[in-house]
Amino acid sequence: MKRVGVFICHCGSNIAGAVDCEKVAENAKSFPGVAFSTDYKYMCSEPGQELIKKAIKDHKLDRIVVASCSPRMHEPTFRRCLESGGLNAYLLEMANIREHCSWVHPDDKEKATWKATELVRMAVAKVLKNEPLQRSTIPITKRALVIGGGIAGIQAALDIANAGHIVDIVEKEPSIGGKMAQIDKTFPTLDCSACILTPKMVEAANHPNINLITYSEIENVEGYVGNFDVTIRKKARSVDMTLCTGCGTCMQKCPTKVPSEFEMLMTDRRAIYTPFPQAIPNKPVIDRKNCRYFTTGKCRVCEKICPTKAVDYTQEDELVTQRYGAIVVATGFDLFDHSVYGEYGYGKYKDVITGLHFERLINASGPTMGKIKRPSDGKVPKDVVFIKCVGSRDEAKGKAYCSKTCCMYTAKHATLVREKIKDSNVYVFYMDVRTPGKGYDEFYTRTTDQFGAKYIRGRVSKIYEKGDKLIVRGEDTLLGRPVEVEADMVVLATAMVAQPDAAKLAQMVGFSYDQDNFYTEAHPKLAPVETHTAGVFLAGACQGPKDIPESVAQASAAAAKACGLLSKEEMPTEPIVSCVNEAICAGCGMCVPVCPYKALDLKVIQERAHGKTITRKVATVNSGLCQGCGACTVACRSAALNLKHFTNEQILAEVDALCL
Amino acid sequence: MEKIELTKALAQGQQMLAEVTHESGGVRASKCYQCGKCSAGCPVAFAMDKTPREIMRLLQLGLMEEALKSHTIWLCASCDTCSTRCPREVDIAKVMETLRIIAKKKGYVAEKKLDQFHDLFLKSVERNGRVYEMGLVLGRNILGMQPFKDVELSPAMLLKGKLALLPHTIKDNGEVKKIFANVRKRGGKV
Repeated sequence: MKRVGVFICHCGSNIAGAVDCEKVAENAKSFPGVAFSTDYKYMCSEPGQELIKKAIKDHKLDRIVVASCSPRMHEPTFRRCLESGGLNAYLLEMANIREHCSWVHPDDKEKATWKATELVRMAVAKVLKNEPLQRSTIPITKRALVIGGGIAGIQAALDIANAGHIVDIVEKEPSIGGKMAQIDKTFPTLDCSACILTPKMVEAANHPNINLITYSEIENVEGYVGNFDVTIRKKARSVDMTLCTGCGTCMQKCPTKVPSEFEMLMTDRRAIYTPFPQAIPNKPVIDRKNCRYFTTGKCRVCEKICPTKAVDYTQEDELVTQRYGAIVVATGFDLFDHSVYGEYGYGKYKDVITGLHFERLINASGPTMGKIKRPSDGKVPKDVVFIKCVGSRDEAKGKAYCSKTCCMYTAKHATLVREKIKDSNVYVFYMDVRTPGKGYDEFYTRTTDQFGAKYIRGRVSKIYEKGDKLIVRGEDTLLGRPVEVEADMVVLATAMVAQPDAAKLAQMVGFSYDQDNFYTEAHPKLAPVETHTAGVFLAGACQGPKDIPESVAQASAAAAKACGLLSKEEMPTEPIVSCVNEAICAGCGMCVPVCPYKALDLKVIQERAHGKTITRKVATVNSGLCQGCGACTVACRSAALNLKHFTNEQILAEVDALCL
Repeated sequence: MEKIELTKALAQGQQMLAEVTHESGGVRASKCYQCGKCSAGCPVAFAMDKTPREIMRLLQLGLMEEALKSHTIWLCASCDTCSTRCPREVDIAKVMETLRIIAKKKGYVAEKKLDQFHDLFLKSVERNGRVYEMGLVLGRNILGMQPFKDVELSPAMLLKGKLALLPHTIKDNGEVKKIFANVRKRGGKV
């Protein structure tokens, strides 16, 4: 005979204010199987838990129903309480009479009490069908993977490596450094970006626990927390890394010039190249799409000139598979393509550039050696217009969100123009100036007060070319009058958007992303670096627009989470997983594509039927991957799949309790 | 400068704002975030007493009378540049149209001549199925008490065949008349 104990929590006045808890406890006494029922002010408190433990002993209870808040809050508390009271943790059932009842029905005590009673009735019916479940453990591979070698990836890798774990950084470009390497100065201190980035790059490269895998991409990810099997495609560099000394002779002699992606196509690189002078590793790759030898079959200049014979045209892409315990995703962002704006010239006006172009234009190693010259004719611009929120806060043509960093980097650009070109005029068209951050608003104030940038509140409606000038039309919404600027150059603060292949990577690794393809954190407040997939953490702008300090902070947070995982030899798994009744599984395979965690597969079994041995396919669940979402149980036509702790029988018992 | 009593304005304007939203087929002035892209791109903003953005702001605050009495709503050329460029996808041109209809019902026509022009144009179209230019010009000049306005242009236009002395009608004028009848049936006035 099963003996259920029911405990009704008042939660102060949170529940008791709308629900007559004593009455619910009284009603529960008549439910089948209930041997004891009581109420208490705070069930989650120490005395509340003692009450449960004592009742288990005194009344020989073997299953417990706690009617209180959402199981998301205190299910772990009460499970522990049951365990210390000598019961299996999964013989607990919670009835949510706060979020599902008292908070939503604050005005009708009678009905709320009735609803709470019914919720408890369902929980009692279910707990009678609960089975004790056992947690198992899985081993943890003590090696971390960081995807993306920008500042977030580098920081995460350094922190994990410093904690004593081996880390691999996979970077798709020939060098680590990411977008921060392209930036000239950083706000609000105006210190040089490369000066603070390159020491970290060197530290990562020299760290005994860090392996840099550059010019490589993730090909496939299998497995689960603690045991991810990751296949990495190492693209053919055509240069033997062990022989190359990075002397750079090949790059000087290469006859093919290609617009440099790093310099935003404003100057040329060679077909054998490193993206920038401080690249790490400082060893070139051959861009096979443009290399004369690979396109025409003739040339081989780099091979001839190389003093160490490091150039190897026969190299091929290499696939390596490695097992990792944790993955930190730090793939960064891309910039919004402003060519959708016809009113801003469809991206065709040469002197209408983006913020990142501007960063290269003022950088000492950039295409103009740090002198601000406009791209069309190399003239030093006198009147420079900055337009904020291009692609941001624009539901019609861009993204609904605020890109967060543009207000500050535009203020920085405005300051730098006024600093470098003494007789210049700077106009900033803005809608709001958003400067929450340490020293940020002071920096903006300095831009207007000290550097004399003119801030005009309004969105630019049209830019058109007139002679060698750009006519910029906007409204000064504070005056309520249309304004026009004859500008020499226009800089657009284009939105930060997700990487073009962001969704593909998320699907491959198996975590979720939002409508803008930014990666989704497990909880916006309380789990901002975790994903819904255990063992996968997020760092930097792949999760949403972020500036450098925020990316670095998040990277360290992600590293701490990864280290927490890697510091254990093994970890317990949740026993709430699907299981297959092979006797009735038809092997249709419907469940396999439905599973978002790739936990289901088909296997072949042998069995005897009518005196013959036959083989047939049945579904099988990888309990390490299964997250207990229940999607497969819904898809299964023969009801062969059942989710432990939420079995069809348990759910039906609840429905019967409510409806019969 | 006159002070605006916001509480009163909001209370008074609410109903009419709902009417604007309803009449315009669901355009909500509250969506506007006052960036001014509409006003900066408006080809007739130079002649307006309030920029289109200011009209949207008046609506947001419930200052309906002020919006309805403005010249702006009549000067709007319905070119739709504002609606096309609006980052919040507010159909501003539609709002202007709606405000003209309401203003006319309430007798707040700030630009009498423009309103006359609209009426003459529509009457001409109803009668002939297309506009009768000479009739339109004459009507406008007489009603506007400027009988000789632009008269110097007429000989050249007559010679080039751009103006005809007598009205042309289209082949089947009945269809156009049906449109007008339909509009009247739905409460429209011409």
